[in-house]
Amino acid sequence: MKKYDIFDIMGPIMIGPSSSHTAGAARIGKMAKTIYGKEIKKVTFYLHGSFQTTYQGHGSDRALVGGVLGYDPDDERLVGSLEDAKEKGIDYMFKTIDLGYVHPNTIKVLFEDPETGEEFYITGSSIGGGKIEIIDINSINVRFTGEYPTIVAEYKDKFGMIAAISLVLTRNNISIASLRVTRDEKIAQMVMELDQTFNDDVIESIKSFPEITRIIGIKPL
Amino acid sequence: MFNKSEVLLEICHDENINISEAVLRKQVEDTGKDRDYFIERFRESYQVMKESSTRGIENEVITMSGITGGNGKRVNDYRSSGKAVSDDFVLEAMARALSTLEVNGAMGKIVAAPTAGASGILPAALVTFQNKKGLTDDEMINGLLTASAIGGMIAMNATISGAEGGCQAETGAASAMAAAALVELNGGSVDEAINAASFAIINILGLVCDPIAGLVEFPCALRNASGVTNAIISCDLAMAGVKSIIPFDEVVEAMYSVGNSLPASLRETALGGLAITPTGSKFTVSSCSGACTGI
Repeated sequence: MKKYDIFDIMGPIMIGPSSSHTAGAARIGKMAKTIYGKEIKKVTFYLHGSFQTTYQGHGSDRALVGGVLGYDPDDERLVGSLEDAKEKGIDYMFKTIDLGYVHPNTIKVLFEDPETGEEFYITGSSIGGGKIEIIDINSINVRFTGEYPTIVAEYKDKFGMIAAISLVLTRNNISIASLRVTRDEKIAQMVMELDQTFNDDVIESIKSFPEITRIIGIKPL
Repeated sequence: MFNKSEVLLEICHDENINISEAVLRKQVEDTGKDRDYFIERFRESYQVMKESSTRGIENEVITMSGITGGNGKRVNDYRSSGKAVSDDFVLEAMARALSTLEVNGAMGKIVAAPTAGASGILPAALVTFQNKKGLTDDEMINGLLTASAIGGMIAMNATISGAEGGCQAETGAASAMAAAALVELNGGSVDEAINAASFAIINILGLVCDPIAGLVEFPCALRNASGVTNAIISCDLAMAGVKSIIPFDEVVEAMYSVGNSLPASLRETALGGLAITPTGSKFTVSSCSGACTGI
């Protein structure tokens, strides 16, 4: 049987008209901005599935752009986000894409730095009721909702790494709510959802292991 | 959250409490958070509901697509025309339901209760009732709690999504939630509240979800207006002593099985019903974005 919280039934407080196409889209945009963590100059939204046909009518375009400007799903500025982005000189575009066997409400958000040509993307699905799931960060397969503080680490696979990273959290009184590790050749990807929030020291401590190739700390939105 | 009305009713009877108190105690027990946490969050939701159900009756609100709009104000203005067949309470409730749906379509702030597409019904029922009876916001929060208990049972045992169960599930759930809330706020018993929730679903079993151009506007706004009247009459039917022969839990099961029997074309795909009528099919998202007006 499906489990529901009281606020799943009465809520979310959101900007209309659709929890999946507006609230969820805004959250994907904001999560993408948070994970990217740099100044946004150029962003392309690749729309998969049902977003392709109704993204304008449901305000998903405004919600996505509003999200990458940092607006929350209940922020009334979402309605004017396209204009706000233009004013800030942010170049945005919408394109369609077939991402294969993913949730029908999925969007790939690609950031580009026009000067360096550097690209970074995240892919997220709007899974209903304004909730989201991030499934890909720059070709790292992940799976998390952003409701918990989350750490994503990529490292050269070596015996004892999970224990070493867990120990850093233990020392900081942080418990792990969920842990998922995948391996691709000699590189491992770890996604940890945490019960307590972390500070920058925790990220720095994990980063100091020589095996770590990349680490992203994500606070809940 | 409670799973079955049988269980909820037993607790209410044993402890001599109403549904709002039962659901609040259960929330505290399930999460370890204190009562104030839930009351404060619901207070915030109720403020948003008041605003969304008022904005569109005071001023004309036009949706982003331009397909619909201004109907909340139209109905509210009609209240004083002396021509109305419905009484003033029903008219105000209908106008408020339209208002919230118009605010929703205009990218304004709403509370999904339980979804954005059915977000007009509960605020319209509660705010209009509050105006009529002069109740405080704190008293109205009990209505939200009771409504959540009903919505939770429908979501857990069936569905509250138009895409899954048709509009009977989406506006049906909202009407059932509002009906039970009205009974409790009006001093009815817990059995009457559950009966009212059953009636609200029974009255619209089979209702299809066929949004024009796939947008949450037409006929959605109309079905929110009729949804709140459904809640009002269901409340009165129950408080008059009419009983549902079929228990609420079985009504919910029936709604789910009807939803499963509906073809996909009648479940929010915009591939059936009004959406594919000769006129309905002329509306497409691209033709409407900022271009359609005054229809």
